[in-house]
Amino acid sequence: MTACKLQRRTFLAGTALVTMLPAAASHATPEAMAAAIKEVVGNATVREGKVTLDVPPLIENGSTVPLTVSVESPMSEADHVKAIHVFNEKNPQPYVFDATLGPASGKAVVGTRIKLGDSQRIVAIAVTSKGEFWSGSADVIVTLAACLEEMT
Amino acid sequence: MANVLINVPKTARRGEVIEIKAMILHPMETGFRPGTSGRIIPRNIIERFTATWNGTEVFSMAMSPAIAANPFVSFFAVARESGTIALRWTGDEGFAVEERVAITVA
Amino acid sequence: MKAARAVLGLVALFAATWAAAQGTLETRRSGYQDMGPALRQMQDDDTANPGMLFVQLGDQAWSRPAGTSGKSCADCHGAVAGMKGVAARYPAIPPGADKPVDLGGRINLCRTGRQQAEPWPAENRDLLALEALVALQSRGEPIAPPADPRLAPFRERGAEIYRRRQGQLNLSCAICHDDNAGKQLAGVVIPQAHPTGYPIYRLEWQTLGSLKRRLRNCLVGVRADAWPLDAMEYVELETYLMDRARGMKIESPAVRP
Repeated sequence: MTACKLQRRTFLAGTALVTMLPAAASHATPEAMAAAIKEVVGNATVREGKVTLDVPPLIENGSTVPLTVSVESPMSEADHVKAIHVFNEKNPQPYVFDATLGPASGKAVVGTRIKLGDSQRIVAIAVTSKGEFWSGSADVIVTLAACLEEMT
Repeated sequence: MANVLINVPKTARRGEVIEIKAMILHPMETGFRPGTSGRIIPRNIIERFTATWNGTEVFSMAMSPAIAANPFVSFFAVARESGTIALRWTGDEGFAVEERVAITVA
Repeated sequence: MKAARAVLGLVALFAATWAAAQGTLETRRSGYQDMGPALRQMQDDDTANPGMLFVQLGDQAWSRPAGTSGKSCADCHGAVAGMKGVAARYPAIPPGADKPVDLGGRINLCRTGRQQAEPWPAENRDLLALEALVALQSRGEPIAPPADPRLAPFRERGAEIYRRRQGQLNLSCAICHDDNAGKQLAGVVIPQAHPTGYPIYRLEWQTLGSLKRRLRNCLVGVRADAWPLDAMEYVELETYLMDRARGMKIESPAVRP
């Protein structure tokens, strides 16, 4: 009986200790990116094509990476890009941005600057008014300068 | 136009597809960075950018912590009528900025 | 036959000496040339260069009354375009002073001396914005340090700092930026360190910053104690660096990784 009690106490103490340990920072992984993409496309087929990512293959600092996503589309009332979703696979979370477009856009081209914590793949999914899903991707190598503000 | 740099052509031909660029001063603190104390600096980002043309939305972007500081956006819109293009940014800590530019479409 | 060959030889000799007389080949490179095309494009496009956001802030500050004087920069200086060439000839010794100040220091002298306003601390946003606005007026101008003989001892001290080994890594500026410029360090090309684009939008900082801030990053890089913010060392080093970059074109506000 005493032995059981001791074991139980040790177990509870151990559990308490474990819950006090700092949780590891969440990190996106290719699986997390796939899950985020699935939220957008559901069970629909995603075809590769029509989506081009213009991003430098190598950037000297991951804090400000210029990215332009272009989707081939007539951008007419009947056939236009409704949304562009961009994902990453190695930042702490998988989302980059979600853009909403329409026939008033004229061109399905969106430019911005993104943060990349590491060399990784970026994926863009375009959703059309006809219910189609098109995808494109790009790989970026991220380097880092020497002589930064803080010692790393 | 305090902390915003906007580039919109002053005039456009009817039906012309024009490029609109906007950049706003904002730290876009991700919420993942530890400060010098070792504690995580709280997230402070712009969550949404919206562009309307005479009140009708022509573009919007939901931003994540993966958007770089001092966020820059460029997008396109069909010039249909003269009027006002309004650009709106909203985000954490009650951040709300609106800037308006006039455009003449002939 | 012999005569023809002799003539050809003379022509070749003439061509060679004529070419040499045109001046030495420019071997100096701006950090701009060491960046990839994406960052060069970011710097070149005034509608997308993040530094231009600060230039716009500077434009507003230029017309804003300051201090108990109620005067703005514009009230004394008129249109900012009149500042063309100014950034290209700093650091300089202001009238009535005996040591040089950098551009930020000169702006602060105007604030305290003319506007009766508080001086701005280092890396203050309005100060950087005005520096960016003024430096932009010299974009494309060659760096032209003033021919003031009083600058010589400061420039020499700057040269001595540049060549002095420092920090736990025991490196001098010259070892990286003279001897090893063009080679790679941590995946990025070591620039020659010419201050052609200050204040710069350094991606690492996610904001605009001064040469002083960048030099402090260098000191951290060699694991040295950064000098206090008001130390003359920064101005002395800048005086030397601007002389070393004499003739190179100002490209402010620059973008750098």
